Amino acid sequence: MFTIFKRELKSYFTQPTAYAVICIFLFMSLFLTFTLGNFIKTGDANLEWSFFFWHPWIYMLLAPALGMRLWSDEHRSGTIELLGTFPTTIWSAIVAKYLAAAVVWAIALALTYPVVIAVNTLGDPDNLTIFSSYIGSFLLCCTFLAITCLISAFTSDQVSCLIISCSICVLLVVIGFDHVARALAQSFTEATTNAIVSTAVLDHYQPLLRGSVRIQDLVYFFTIIIACLVSTSAILNAKRA
Amino acid sequence: MIEVSNLSKHFGAKTVVNKLSFTVQKGEVLGFLGPNGAGKSTTMRMVTGFITPSKGDVTICGTSVIDQPKKAKRHIGYLPEAAPLYDDMTVLDFLKFCASMRQLHGKTGRDAISNVIDTCFLENVAHQSIHTLSKGYRHRTCLAQALIHDPDVLILDEPTDGLDPNQKHEVRQLIKRLGETKAILFSTHILEEVDATCNRALIIDQGNIVADGTPSELRKQSGTDSLHDLFRDLTTKETEQV
Repeated sequence: MFTIFKRELKSYFTQPTAYAVICIFLFMSLFLTFTLGNFIKTGDANLEWSFFFWHPWIYMLLAPALGMRLWSDEHRSGTIELLGTFPTTIWSAIVAKYLAAAVVWAIALALTYPVVIAVNTLGDPDNLTIFSSYIGSFLLCCTFLAITCLISAFTSDQVSCLIISCSICVLLVVIGFDHVARALAQSFTEATTNAIVSTAVLDHYQPLLRGSVRIQDLVYFFTIIIACLVSTSAILNAKRA
Repeated sequence: MIEVSNLSKHFGAKTVVNKLSFTVQKGEVLGFLGPNGAGKSTTMRMVTGFITPSKGDVTICGTSVIDQPKKAKRHIGYLPEAAPLYDDMTVLDFLKFCASMRQLHGKTGRDAISNVIDTCFLENVAHQSIHTLSKGYRHRTCLAQALIHDPDVLILDEPTDGLDPNQKHEVRQLIKRLGETKAILFSTHILEEVDATCNRALIIDQGNIVADGTPSELRKQSGTDSLHDLFRDLTTKETEQV
């Protein structure tokens, strides 16, 4: 498993993928922090609204962009046939490839450290809240990555994988908005609307931004991640059956 | 070494491989012949454990590929038809990766890599990126990964496809040499290759074995001393399939 993990991680950095994703993420997150986020003007030693608030919007495009090659590329190039005949399980290949992509995101997030230094220099923030926000942001990104991993198991076409994964991520974000919930309520019963709205990712992300680490939010993120990875395994096995 | 019993594969209602049974012993090179779509690659993929058979079993060195895939796969070296490789790696990095996947570390790994680089004539391209390689070199790099762990069983899906005449000759000689100590199953469209390399050949058509014997037995069976004639007589032509 470690061999596949190492190969995957290296391949992100021998190709421009990781550099492009990391640079765009850093630019977008810092640009939004200092423009729409009004980090300086509000004068609040807090990163919740100025910095972390924008992450779901950036991840919904960039997480699928990084993850779309996970299995699509293996199908397209036929290297899945090599992986499938090495003395290893498909599950360890899934976990190894997924972890490598997650590590690229961990590096991207770690590189936003100047904003933490800035807020500590300018004011007196609650660093534990900032830490829990980072955990929330990373879990959110890993969730989107797991969804992309599942979609990439279906197709050898990376563009289709990108479009479908982005759409699912966008949907998971926007169903958390009130006016979407109101629109849903007009077509569905209250129970159905509540069930749909409860899958919204923001409801589980925002408590972590406020420093509140709740079990139900962690269960939500880990359930989606594990379910997507197990489903990826089922799809890949079904394709070989 | 390779024991295939009643192997079948259905894709929906279509039967691609129908109750195939054959064995390949150590020191035997079995040529697998058949027209396109006869089920050769599907059979080979089932033998390597890449796809699961609908029915039947494959035993490699006494281990069932279905019941103990991880253990059985350790004995197999496999060259897929399209010779797939990771294009972003260099030849050397790719072979290091394959060695590590085969649990060959440290000096053992380095020796194994150096052996296959010699065997497959890859010295000139060892540090070259795979995406810049010609088809012949790509094929040989993929063959190198199949040989890296010195497997008891080799499954080669059209190993000479796309090679120039010199390379074809080298690969045939290599298969012949390796066949002295291993069990080799290899598919080909080139009937001359059967004479050049195989101890025995199977002709399959629409998932069934239609001929099995040594090259000389098969030629005798044709009545005209020609493998081409036998192949044409026994297999379904594409125009007949409509």
